Amino acid sequence: MSTPIIEIKSVNKSFRSADGSARTVLEGVDFTLFEGEIVALLGQSGSGKSTLLRIMAGLIGADSGQVAYRGLPLYGPARGISMVFQSFALFPWLTVQKNVELGLEAQGMAPEERARRAEAAIELIGLSGFEGALPRELSGGMRQRVGIARALVLEPEVLLMDEAFSALDVLTGERLRDDILELWETRQMPTKAILVVSHNIEDAVMMADRVLVFGSDPGRVREELPIRLSRPREVESQEVRSLIDTVYGLMTTGAGRVGRTPGKETRLQLGDRLPIADIARIEGILELLADEPFRGRADLPKLAEETELTDHELLDVSAALALLGFANLAQGDIVITPLGERYARAGNQERKAIFGAQVLEHVPLVAYIRHGLAQDPSGDLHEDLFLKLLNFTLDEAEAERVLSVAIEWGRYGDVFEYNFNTGVIQLPEDE
Amino acid sequence: MSKTRQFFPRQVVEAGGNRWDWALLPLVLALLVLLAYGAEQMARPFQLGETLPISLDPINLPYYLLRTTMRMFIALGASLLFSCVFAALAVKYRTAEKILVPLLDILQSIPILGFLSITVTGFIALFPGNLFGVELAAIFAIFTSQAWNMAFSAYQGFRTVPAELTEAARVFQLSGWQRFWRLELPFAMPGLVWNMMMSMSGGWFFVVASEAISVSNQNIKLPGIGSYIAMAIEARDLQAIGWAIGAMLIGIALYDQLFFRPLIAWADKFRFEESGSETAPGSWLLAWLHRTERTQDIARIFVRLLERSLAVFRLSYDGTSIRARPDQKSAAPQRFWDAIIAAAVFYAVWTLVHFVHTEVGWTEVGRVFVLGLYTMSRVVVLIFIAALIWIPIGIWIGMNPRLAERVQAVAQFLAAFPANLMFPVAVVVIVRYGLNPDIWLSPLMILGTQWYILFNVIAGASTVPTELRYAARNFGLTGWLKWRRYLLPAIFPSFVTGAITASGGSWNASIVAEYVTWGNTTLKAHGLGSYIAEMTSIGDFPRIALGIGVMCVFVMGFNHFVWRRLYRMAENRLHF
Repeated sequence: MSTPIIEIKSVNKSFRSADGSARTVLEGVDFTLFEGEIVALLGQSGSGKSTLLRIMAGLIGADSGQVAYRGLPLYGPARGISMVFQSFALFPWLTVQKNVELGLEAQGMAPEERARRAEAAIELIGLSGFEGALPRELSGGMRQRVGIARALVLEPEVLLMDEAFSALDVLTGERLRDDILELWETRQMPTKAILVVSHNIEDAVMMADRVLVFGSDPGRVREELPIRLSRPREVESQEVRSLIDTVYGLMTTGAGRVGRTPGKETRLQLGDRLPIADIARIEGILELLADEPFRGRADLPKLAEETELTDHELLDVSAALALLGFANLAQGDIVITPLGERYARAGNQERKAIFGAQVLEHVPLVAYIRHGLAQDPSGDLHEDLFLKLLNFTLDEAEAERVLSVAIEWGRYGDVFEYNFNTGVIQLPEDE
Repeated sequence: MSKTRQFFPRQVVEAGGNRWDWALLPLVLALLVLLAYGAEQMARPFQLGETLPISLDPINLPYYLLRTTMRMFIALGASLLFSCVFAALAVKYRTAEKILVPLLDILQSIPILGFLSITVTGFIALFPGNLFGVELAAIFAIFTSQAWNMAFSAYQGFRTVPAELTEAARVFQLSGWQRFWRLELPFAMPGLVWNMMMSMSGGWFFVVASEAISVSNQNIKLPGIGSYIAMAIEARDLQAIGWAIGAMLIGIALYDQLFFRPLIAWADKFRFEESGSETAPGSWLLAWLHRTERTQDIARIFVRLLERSLAVFRLSYDGTSIRARPDQKSAAPQRFWDAIIAAAVFYAVWTLVHFVHTEVGWTEVGRVFVLGLYTMSRVVVLIFIAALIWIPIGIWIGMNPRLAERVQAVAQFLAAFPANLMFPVAVVVIVRYGLNPDIWLSPLMILGTQWYILFNVIAGASTVPTELRYAARNFGLTGWLKWRRYLLPAIFPSFVTGAITASGGSWNASIVAEYVTWGNTTLKAHGLGSYIAEMTSIGDFPRIALGIGVMCVFVMGFNHFVWRRLYRMAENRLHF
């Protein structure tokens, strides 16, 4: 249990954004993966958990710090480490059999031997009969099975799973997860450790011996939660439910600046990430919360079930609600505020007025845009200016998402107007 | 799951191939005999100054067709090889990429006549006393009309391999060689095949220029359709032109059925969209080949060879080895290369300025730019007219799926047909009615390239989602509103794609279309194309270079300022 396989010591990683400024993704991350354990990494998108996984896979190098596999420094992908990808990453022109054989072929194994092993792996993962099929003939769940067989056929010591179930529907994802756990528990796979990166809190709690919660800006391991329940675990059991609650709590309350009750000491900064949540979803959740059966207070896991949102989406919406002062988050629960209740009952005009006021007060980016517009003699500014500003703290895709959230909120609250074709933001005309 | 399963040892069931093999045998044998004969004729003795007899008797046409097609396929093979090497190098080495890609951009806009005039003497000197040198010159000329867009498509394909697939290839320890065969080439294949077809049509377009070599004081006519046409034009034999057109149609139909259809049907499995497709392209020949045993065995030999090479060229170490350790990145070599490139560019610019100043003079440059503007206005007006005609027709066809399938095949066929064969007809008409060549030669430029607009619009219209059609009908959209709000936006992206190809092709075609000869009548329109063509025929190198340079500037500027913007707009706003 205590033999380390992968050791990561004070690893830093930053990426260069388009304008040349460096953006820190990981800072001083320490982590050790031991033999015999399953570890889950949870965290918001952009918190660097995928980057950490890729550093362990040898796909990207750390800027500084040590990465060692079995005590050896890791400069590239190692033979004993295999990976399962979010989008499956199958080669669509190869049959299932050929896809599974890929890594063996790369080693130069003789055709008969590799066919034998591939068939065994295909059998193990429950794909018999589909050897000759092309990936496009298969459903998502079957494709990911091919992805897992392709990784397992190499008999890896370490299996890395990058959001392996998030492209699948819930039921398929659960089945696949249980199948892997069964292989793990019955020692049908020679793998000594599994690292799972996930958005899904339930997946993490069901699988892992340890859950690490990643914090962003910059990414570091913020919380560590050992799970000592024996497997197989029962989703509906009291222990699992309460663990899920705990993890929700960890992810909402301590989530840095985003998601905390807007108080004086932790105001959002201008360049911070905004929760990615559109108006329809914000209002939908708020109405649901105000209504029966929740009556203003909901357990986040319950709400996730009710709304069929992913954990990630739900956390973003709740963070947005908290940010705008419509709700408070506490220990995995979301509680509506009086303002939130008023908002839920209000008509369209009143809603827009409240929303505008709240956005201006609590979202520095929106306030900043408004301030810039008011100062500019022409009353309009190009969005690229703000995009550049965000690029200092966020990666390009994230900066674009955050700006589009700010623009949507601002437009809805009548703070400013925006022209999609020209990319120009301007003051509303009636003022 | 098309894999055939064999329950008995093959020897027991059938000893020597199945009936499909036997039926294919005559076809294969005939092909081999033809190839051997053609190859023998290509390398026969030849002295410079000797005239090769070209007869206008249509009985010779099949033979000429064979020779021309062989040249084209050799050039196509060379282009394919070039594209793969180019793409692999450009993707692997950043320094190479910095030089190769702009170089290709420039090479692409150099008209084929320019290459021919520079290289023909060298090729002839390479094989003294043999026809093969001249053949090589002709093949090289065809190669220059085929290779660039294929190389670009391969490069584009290699560059756009999805990140997760690249990561998978690295995690599973694929070596460069393995990655090329298992990932990069398959991924680039559909685009490459499509561009091979376009290249083949492009090759036909310049078949006359490449076979009837009349540059740099040479006057050689290689046996082939191109020379036949050149002879017919000299002799003002409209009937012979008709025969040539007929032969070409047959030739195009043959290689379409025997080569490209099977190739497209086969390449369909490399499509990256992972979802099942609507209708997979089919080919009777491919289906036939799949049913054979012997030919399948032959194919399997090649596959096995390839797989053995994959086993040989594998990675001998993994990420824990010291050899995987990245080189300490020092900026010095990179800077050094950048400096050399920059110096070369400066030197080139300086030489250019010097050259223009001493050889042609700035007034000439101004004049050529004005000619460029003429040609540009022709291209713009023609694209506009073609759009007016083909957009409504294309939409109408595209909305009728049954019709669309049939018309699509015809349109692709028409695109492959070399429009310059119609030029003599145009000359006869213009001369007879005394029309103004400045106006009436222009349509020739778009004759061959308008089809790209048509079949892209058809493709666009047939992918309009059914819900959108119902919605439009439900709202009772009619008249101009229906066009403006629904039909035009719906097909805009595909129209832009088609128009980009059509406009590029038209620029290239202007060299042939603005300067047309029929016997000793020469019609010319004022424009950049006719300038280049004229200078090529007198062999004035400085002015050829100037014309080509200016055309490059126009084409690149046009692409950059017009098409790329429209394309981005289409991508951003108008897709489903």
